[in-house]
Amino acid sequence: MARMTAPVLALRDIRKTFGGVVAVEDFSLDIHPGEIVALVGDNGAGKSTLIKIISGVHPPTSGALTIDGADVTMSSATMARAHGIEVVYQDLALADRQSVYMNLFLGRERVRNRLGLLDRRAMIAETARLVEELDVRIPSPHAIIRDLSGGQRQGVAIARATHWARKLVLLDEPTAALGVAETARVEEIILGLKARRIGVLMISHSLDQVFRLADRICVLRRGRQIGVRRTAETDKNEIVAMITGVASGVE
Amino acid sequence: MSGTVQDTRRNPARRIDWQQHVVYLGFLAIFVFFAVVLRDTGFLTVRNLSNIVLQTAPVTIMAIGLVFVLSAGEIDLSVGSTVAVSALSAAVALNGWGLVPGVLAGLGAGLLIGAFNGALVAWLRLPSFLVTLATMGLFAGVARSLTDLRSIPVTNGAFTGFFGSGTLFGIPSLVLWTVAAVAFGHLAFRETRFGAHVLATGDNPRAALVSGIRVPRVRLAVLTLSGGLAGLAGLLYAGRLQAAKYTLGETDLMTVIAATIVGGTLLNGGKGSIVGALVGSLMMGMLNNGLILMGLSVSDQMIVRGFIILVAVALSLREKAS
Ligand SMILES: Nc1ncnc2c1ncn2[C@@H]1O[C@H](COP(=O)(O)OP(=O)(O)OP(=O)(O)O)[C@@H](O)[C@H]1O
Ligand SMILES: [Mg+2]
Repeated sequence: MARMTAPVLALRDIRKTFGGVVAVEDFSLDIHPGEIVALVGDNGAGKSTLIKIISGVHPPTSGALTIDGADVTMSSATMARAHGIEVVYQDLALADRQSVYMNLFLGRERVRNRLGLLDRRAMIAETARLVEELDVRIPSPHAIIRDLSGGQRQGVAIARATHWARKLVLLDEPTAALGVAETARVEEIILGLKARRIGVLMISHSLDQVFRLADRICVLRRGRQIGVRRTAETDKNEIVAMITGVASGVE
Repeated sequence: MSGTVQDTRRNPARRIDWQQHVVYLGFLAIFVFFAVVLRDTGFLTVRNLSNIVLQTAPVTIMAIGLVFVLSAGEIDLSVGSTVAVSALSAAVALNGWGLVPGVLAGLGAGLLIGAFNGALVAWLRLPSFLVTLATMGLFAGVARSLTDLRSIPVTNGAFTGFFGSGTLFGIPSLVLWTVAAVAFGHLAFRETRFGAHVLATGDNPRAALVSGIRVPRVRLAVLTLSGGLAGLAGLLYAGRLQAAKYTLGETDLMTVIAATIVGGTLLNGGKGSIVGALVGSLMMGMLNNGLILMGLSVSDQMIVRGFIILVAVALSLREKAS
């Protein structure tokens, strides 16, 4: 674990309960710049909850969250974004009846003056450039989200996150709805983030994908952190055993 | 680069938004129908047509507020009662203290009622349907008790000129108010960050929230705006009728909702049109006028109008299914 760089994100003893339900407990993890960490676990293990804690949607019940070495109390999504953290949520969080470019600039619209007059031209041009650069196949910046395919919507959500991220991108099953070619494209984009020295925390149910992309794999079962492994030092059998808890000698 | 954008914009695959045009077609169809059927009864006279425009001014102004409210995913059922309270407050203040206090009282009453609705919706997270259903009744009661059911005359010449019968460069003040409200409303709705936040909030409140949009503030703002515009509508009624009474605005709610929805604003948020609401409002006014000229009884008028509203709602919900 010895590293030259300070972690961009450090979680210490994070615990989250919903009423009586313990969704996450005793969770600790560091993510370094340019590192891809995969979060795996069965349905309901607490993966999405953890992402929402980091992105300020749910405050943790207890535990500490550090960004670039500074303790922060993440109380809102706005705050997480101000810290350079971007998220692709499992449900994408897009405004379906608005255009692609308005979604890319949702909550961060370009304006021309104090009155808040929208600078549509700038937003459209920037969207067109981004769509081309990321090669996500979207017909036009003007296209309405609900007219797009599932894969294209995912492309918009990912384009938005990668465009604005400065430190950390959280991806909740970013390729769940995608075909083979689109999945490969998204994986390239994720590796592009790594090249930009942005930290990535991704949730995926595809162990093949996890082993292709991740530097480290963190396993969660029923809210408990079972362990973290370097991808180079583990194999699928071990991870599967950790996820399901069936094999002996793992816990 | 911008070349590509222009090209894709004319992409034939881009869905034709026929909903935006249905109101204009409907308007034309009804106009032609009345022009033919009522050709001997003075429907087509300048006097009658301009009367329609003058009569619809308050409804148009309320409809502008409702476009914001519906687009944000909320509803305001209390606009009719707000009109009555505002008009009465204005009339009382006008007779007691003069022009400026009268105007401030009318607008202030509307804004306060709107802010009250908005606060309950935004901060207590109560559904706007229930909140404004309750305040509709509450303020209808306030309007009745305010002057003991009496009608209050409005005799201030400056006021009735400004909000009623006056003209500027030959243009009736009611037309100027309508044009100004539509222009500002359209600009704010279509071309500002506020308008974008309203649409995002109505479209997907959770997405708006995680995108840093202050959703409660948007909800408070649209309901306050709706109340303020209903207050202005109250001033226009008082100015034109030269009196204020608790019955003002009583029957407007259905007309305002119908005008807004026929004009292409969705009941469930995320999409709206100010210009559409204007045309929808003129259409409802024309319908009223034509049905009266046709000699329909009040009950028949109600049936026909109810039917039109049904068609409008059906068209509005079509989009959801597609
Ligand atoms: N807002 C909430 N209120 C109450 N319980 C919740 C809430 N969000 C999550 N939970 C509970 O917390 C636990 C973890 O849920 P979470 O969504 O984090 O699972 P997950 O690992 O993302 O699963 P999946 O792979 O199905 O997406 C579940 O038992 C879930 O029911
Ligand atoms: Mg999940």
